[in-house]
Formats: sequence, C-alpha cells, structure tokens
Amino acid sequence: MVEVPRERGLLQIVGLILARELRLAVRHWDQIAQPLIFFVVVTTLFPLAISPSLSELRNIAPGVVWVAAMLASLLSLESLFRPDVEDGVIEQWALSGQPLPLLLLSKTVTHWLFAGLPLVIMAPVVGTALGLPMSVWPVLAGSLALGTGCLSLLGGIGAALTVAVRRGSVLLALLVLPLEMPVLIFGARAVDLAMHGEAVAGPLNLLAAVLLLCLALAPFAMSAAMRISIE
Amino acid sequence: MGRNGVGKTSLLRCVAGLIEPESGEITWQGAEVRLVRDTFHRHLAYLGHINALKPDLTALENLHFSVQLRRQVERAEMMEMLGSLQVAHCADLPARSLSAGQKRRVAIARVVLSGASLWILDEPITNLDTRGIESIEACMAAHLQVGGSILTAAHQSLLAQHPQVRTLELQ
Repeated sequence: MVEVPRERGLLQIVGLILARELRLAVRHWDQIAQPLIFFVVVTTLFPLAISPSLSELRNIAPGVVWVAAMLASLLSLESLFRPDVEDGVIEQWALSGQPLPLLLLSKTVTHWLFAGLPLVIMAPVVGTALGLPMSVWPVLAGSLALGTGCLSLLGGIGAALTVAVRRGSVLLALLVLPLEMPVLIFGARAVDLAMHGEAVAGPLNLLAAVLLLCLALAPFAMSAAMRISIE
Repeated sequence: MGRNGVGKTSLLRCVAGLIEPESGEITWQGAEVRLVRDTFHRHLAYLGHINALKPDLTALENLHFSVQLRRQVERAEMMEMLGSLQVAHCADLPARSLSAGQKRRVAIARVVLSGASLWILDEPITNLDTRGIESIEACMAAHLQVGGSILTAAHQSLLAQHPQVRTLELQ
C-alpha cells in the first residue's frame, strides 16, 4: 500500500476550519446573536415573575444564570452540525482523509467562541441585574467559561447523533440535558459558594476536570456518531 | 449504469466508505478499505448528489475551504479550473446565487483540484448542458490519461469512445 503523505499539517487544518467558521459566522450574525439574546431575555423574566427585590433574587441568581446559559447553549446546538450535514460538507470532511475527530472538534471550538464566549462575557452584567455582588464576577465568568465549554462538547455528541433525525431538537434536549446536569450542579454551586465567601476551588476543579475529559473523549464520540448519521 | 433505484448510489457510497458493506470486502491497492480508511480517502475524491457547497460562501471560497483540506492551492489555479469549466465569472458570487448547472461545475472543479487519483462521481452531469458535459468529459479523459481512475454512475454513457471505459449494468 502506497502511503500518501499528509500534505496539510493538523494545525493548518484547524486554522482552515476556524477561518471558514468565522467567515460563515460574520455572514450569519443573526444566528450568533440568537443564544445571547435568549440568555438575556430569560434572565430578565425572573425579576418580573418572582420579585424585583434584589435580596430575594440574589439567592436564586446563580441557578438562574446557569440554567439560562445551559438552555441558550442547547438552543445553539441545533445549528452546530445540521447545516453542514445538509449541504454535504461534513460528508466531504469524512472523505477528506483528515482526522474527522479533529475537524469536528475545531468546529465545536469555533461554535463555543460564538455561542459560549458571549454568554461568559455577558454573564456578569446579567448577574449584577439579579443582585450578584461584583466580587462574584470572576467566579461566575470562570465557571461559565469552563462549563459552557463542557456544554458545547457534550452537546456536540448529541448534535452529531441526532443530526440525521428530522426535527431532532427534542431528542437532542432529552439526550444532552441529563448528561449536562453535573456541569450545571458544579457551576451553580461554585457561584453560590463564592457569593457566601467560601472556597470555590472544589467545584471549579471538578468543572475543569470534566472539560478536560470532554476535550479528550468527545471528539471521538462525535466522529463515531457523525459517521453513523451520514451513512 | 442502471435504472432508478437499482442501487448505483448505494454502491458508490459503499466503495467510498460511507456505508459499511453487508457482505464482501472492498480493497484498495490490496488492503481492505476499512482498515486503511484515511489513506484511501486521501486518494479519493467523491462527488455525490449534493454538491457540498455552502450557499453563503462564494464559489472560490467553497473551493478554497474544501481543497485546502487536502493540499495547498493557489487562487490562480482555482480560477483556471473554474475557467475551464466556464464558470470563472461566478468565482466571487455566493453559491446560493448560482444556477444548478453552475453549482455542479464548481463541485466538479473541487474534485479535479483535489489531486486525488480515484474519482467517484455520482451522476456528474446532472443539470449540465451539452457544453458542460463536454468539459466534464475532457476533465475525465485528462484524468485517465495521467493514470487516474474514475468510478461513475450515470444514465447516459460518458466517454463512450474511450478505450479504457468499462460499463457495468446493474440489474
């Protein structure tokens, strides 16, 4: 068997996917803004529904911000792979001779940059509106940065599995939400602990561990799921 | 060749490694394809029913992002290929604004530029006019000339006069 040299380095491939996604995102900025707007609107509903009193809102704020971030992340998952599968692009990726796990990981990382990172940046503002003290900002943003990364990777597995299913969004939510519960628990707990001035290293370390585990394993799960979906 | 629904596409997808064969084995240069998948795929360019073009990217960007996955390609080379398929004027138009035939030509340009030795083409001349079919046949003949192989499913015979063409009729 003649071995064909891999002409493209893996970093070049990652750069290419990032450049492609960036260009598509600029032309589809409305899709990028959607999860962020959802996040802001949902968190704004709580003061209206419960009480405008900051002391009351403060107690539920970590949970509210985290649940809203989780649902916003879920909302954006539908568009993670589906357009590219429908256009036949992922099929070409699967036949490109390049490692599909790396291609899908690059795509998921870019997805996080557009869907997860804006939530991390916006979260302190939203948290403040719900009465979270400024001292909690770093923990809130840090826990969301780690957590939304986990959500994107876990969600990516679900998205790859359900991409061939018509109207698979409900199935996607049913598949992904139970997997994401530990992330929600650790994330909201870290913010809660920070609010009460206690040590937050425990849940943050656990979130970081989950993120590393997802980074190591999710690309292979996504790739296997994707190969089944495009059959 | 074969009638609609006889399994031409399934056969091609099976050979390309998109579907696992239920029985038998597919080999490439003596090795079973599923064991040397990435190596085999670096030799392979596949054109399915779908053109694999992003509607929001221009024809040139589509070519760039798909061909660069395999090899370094310059703008001039892509423009030359689009020119030989009579779609050079569409290079900077978003793929969504191209006609079905123009999209097919851009997709074929991708296959030719890929540098692969085996082309698997599923109904390559769909939506193409006579001139388009001639251009595709010229590309195919040139590919055979340099020692490449092509496996194609078609309703009408392509390169009918070519001595190396073998036709398999699926029943």
